[in-house]
Amino acid sequence: MPQHDVVVVGAGLAGMRAALEALDQGVDVAIISKVHPVRSHSAAAQGGINAAMGQEEGDNWEVHAFDTVKGSDYLGDQDAIELLCQEAGEHIIEMEHMGVIFNRDEEGYLARRGFGGASYARTFFVADITGQAMLHVLYEQVLKHHQIKVYEEWFVTSLIMEDGRCAGVVALELLTGRLYPIRAKAVILATGGLGRVYEPSTNGLVCSGDGISLAYRAGAPVMDMEMVQYHPTTLKESGFLMSEAARGEGAYLTNSGGERFMQRYAPNKVELAARDVVSRAEQTEIDEGRGIDGCVLLDSRHLGKELIHSRLHQEYDIAMTYLGIDMVEQPVPVRPGVHYIMGGIKTDVDGAMNIAGLYAAGECACVSVHGGNRLGANSLLDTLVFGKRSGRHAADYAKSTPPAGESEAVITPDEGQIKALFERADNGERAPLLRTEMGRMMDEHVGIFREKKALAQAVDKLKEYRERFQRASLHDKGKVYNTDLMFVLEMGFLLDCADTIAASALAREESRGAHYRTDFPKRDDESWLKHTLCYYTPDGPRMDYLPVTITQWPPAERTY
Amino acid sequence: MQVNLKIRRYNPEREDGVYWQTYSLDVPSQFTVLDALMKIREEIDGSLALRCSCRSAICGSCSMRVDGHAKLACKTKLNVLTEEGGEISVEPMGNLPVIKDLVTDMQPFWDKVRQVEPWLQAEGPAPEREYRVPNEAMVHLTDVMNCIMCGACVSDCTVLEAELKYGKPYDQTFIAPAALAKAYRFVADPRDDQQRERLKKLSEPSGVYDCTHCFECVEVCPKGVAPMDRILKMRELAVEAGITDKAGVRHAKAAEQSIKASGRNYELTFYPKSVGLFNVKELLPAMPTGLAFVRKAGTRFLLPHKAENVQKIQRVFKKVGKRNKENPNTEGQA
Repeated sequence: MPQHDVVVVGAGLAGMRAALEALDQGVDVAIISKVHPVRSHSAAAQGGINAAMGQEEGDNWEVHAFDTVKGSDYLGDQDAIELLCQEAGEHIIEMEHMGVIFNRDEEGYLARRGFGGASYARTFFVADITGQAMLHVLYEQVLKHHQIKVYEEWFVTSLIMEDGRCAGVVALELLTGRLYPIRAKAVILATGGLGRVYEPSTNGLVCSGDGISLAYRAGAPVMDMEMVQYHPTTLKESGFLMSEAARGEGAYLTNSGGERFMQRYAPNKVELAARDVVSRAEQTEIDEGRGIDGCVLLDSRHLGKELIHSRLHQEYDIAMTYLGIDMVEQPVPVRPGVHYIMGGIKTDVDGAMNIAGLYAAGECACVSVHGGNRLGANSLLDTLVFGKRSGRHAADYAKSTPPAGESEAVITPDEGQIKALFERADNGERAPLLRTEMGRMMDEHVGIFREKKALAQAVDKLKEYRERFQRASLHDKGKVYNTDLMFVLEMGFLLDCADTIAASALAREESRGAHYRTDFPKRDDESWLKHTLCYYTPDGPRMDYLPVTITQWPPAERTY
Repeated sequence: MQVNLKIRRYNPEREDGVYWQTYSLDVPSQFTVLDALMKIREEIDGSLALRCSCRSAICGSCSMRVDGHAKLACKTKLNVLTEEGGEISVEPMGNLPVIKDLVTDMQPFWDKVRQVEPWLQAEGPAPEREYRVPNEAMVHLTDVMNCIMCGACVSDCTVLEAELKYGKPYDQTFIAPAALAKAYRFVADPRDDQQRERLKKLSEPSGVYDCTHCFECVEVCPKGVAPMDRILKMRELAVEAGITDKAGVRHAKAAEQSIKASGRNYELTFYPKSVGLFNVKELLPAMPTGLAFVRKAGTRFLLPHKAENVQKIQRVFKKVGKRNKENPNTEGQA
């Protein structure tokens, strides 16, 4: 039976950063990922990574922290945000030394671009492929440190819980279809987001909230799940991401009248207001009849061919490939689309939670540094800072913990579930179709603008989907590389995530950050300056609440 | 639009081996091959295995052969390939073992990537802040970092195909386009201090000189990485760095001499000149290949006659040589 000190689930930026740090602490580390590391969705992050390193201009970590607190609509925990911003610089330098080819200024120092909700240009970038460039470099480091065992294309089906602590994972080897217990003294969940709860979404097909659901089922609370970020610029039809990099470089958003409408909603920051503000403004323009075919326009023409080709070439490619539009010559139709979950597994600043031996980092975790709304280019930073911290602390924990048990029986429940799936007759109910239906429902009922009736309907609808899910059957009954089976298991995770999103959105009776209730349009600090928590019960999520940590920035009015 | 997708199926758990299955679909004309495959998998036949995630040419999962050439399924539109009612063939990548349907075993691919030691190797202590380097160098590397490791270039690499077809001694040792492009990313990185060591290793057999400049990898790369151009650039850099005592360099020199002298490729001389005239150990195993050449090409191969316009060819050599001397930074090669 495979056994390790620390097992990291997920091989995106947070996962690989955690694994490298744990190795550095001298323990035996393995990574389990359902896709090859470079296929992870971190690759899709385009715009950049924040750090307040422009001291000569007046920027410093406290300004960055305040921008982040304000961006979060005062729901972020300020102690965690302070850490995030204090440690940012060293992570940029560390990644640069590892080999990331950050763009430079004319003097050869690291170049920076402006980004939404930021007081200074503090976003470091590699053209508009920053996530990919960083992900590939971390993978290079994993190749270099070959002591890290990578279980590539292994799918984690559940956590091994013994004596109230996490003692490893049960995982399905896709190649053979066999289930294995993989024992570990500590497990770090770094499985990324849950974008596939929604349709459309900028997220890849792999973003199915696996880790969030695994921890939730094991008894960990998930926090602020109602905080779902709609990115302001996703491509018409396909919903692919058009990075904030374009607006960071100076692109405009215009409506059907050619007006730069953001001037009305955010007179100071205009297109570079926080994402929730811009997305809401766009949706308002569209709803009030000033959209074009359900979209607004992202206009980069004035930036010129050279800049577009050198710094925005991926966006250029995406617009060209999928809409046949040349950004140099024409504006691109975009609309808000689901992009990121600010909420996630409730952790402390070391990735730890209420279950001993279990840690989480990256998008699946909620420390919380993003609160009600994440600022662009803070997510990559989050993966590194808290990936590293959780790697260090999981390693420390593993060093002082005796080896876990050796029972093979831990795979029995999952084995039984898969066997039952194989035996179920085809009845027309298919997990992928159910997912699309759920995604559309969530986009409609738990979208940018929310209200009680639609949210209650969503809760009911999800119960119905769960019943139908019990009947979902497989076409593929083979063992080898059975993606049909994987979709069913992922759908189970997605349903858990959707439940907690809908329940939290229904509970929070105010408007804050990305969560906007038309029936409660104001922020209500008196009643709601607190986190929502969801605990798993067989009858659905049980709600609880937690105060927000305030260190130096009392809630104030939020305008851009 | 109405379209027929003819898919090469293989399931190791079934006895019918490899077979082709055609699915008729009615889909929007802006659908990509991946959209169509996902529709098949979700609605018609969930047993169809393929890899995919981002759907927008970033994750590199969905490389496969479409109408005979490697492509990212998510970046290939149906209406570019065919008209209403047409047929499109879809099969797994070439040059890699197939696991199931469109899923290939990528291990050989990653092994080659690992082989070039693809991590930054800087000497001495790192600076306190960032390395100070020209932006142009980083922007130049961005074109190579664009590589998403999808494997399309490896799938359609003709050197690997030949190695696979003719077996030993050609047992797919060629490091191949993707890993060599990755190597270039470090060779051309001003922060890396192992340039010479890297070029030395890459000039060995299976390295940069094994490329036959067929342009296939440039053609199929969905991200404009142009691996072959990087490979040729590394040859240039290696020679500049004085790494000339290599079979590959001697082969190129032999070709140059032959063409200069006669206007023709007098291939019979290349191999002995490459490995050394008295290198029996290398020459003997190559005899069958040499004899096969003779059988195919006959006397043309043994006694190549001078081309009529050989003077013209010699003038080209002179001109290019002069240009390279005047402007050593041009990409042009003889």
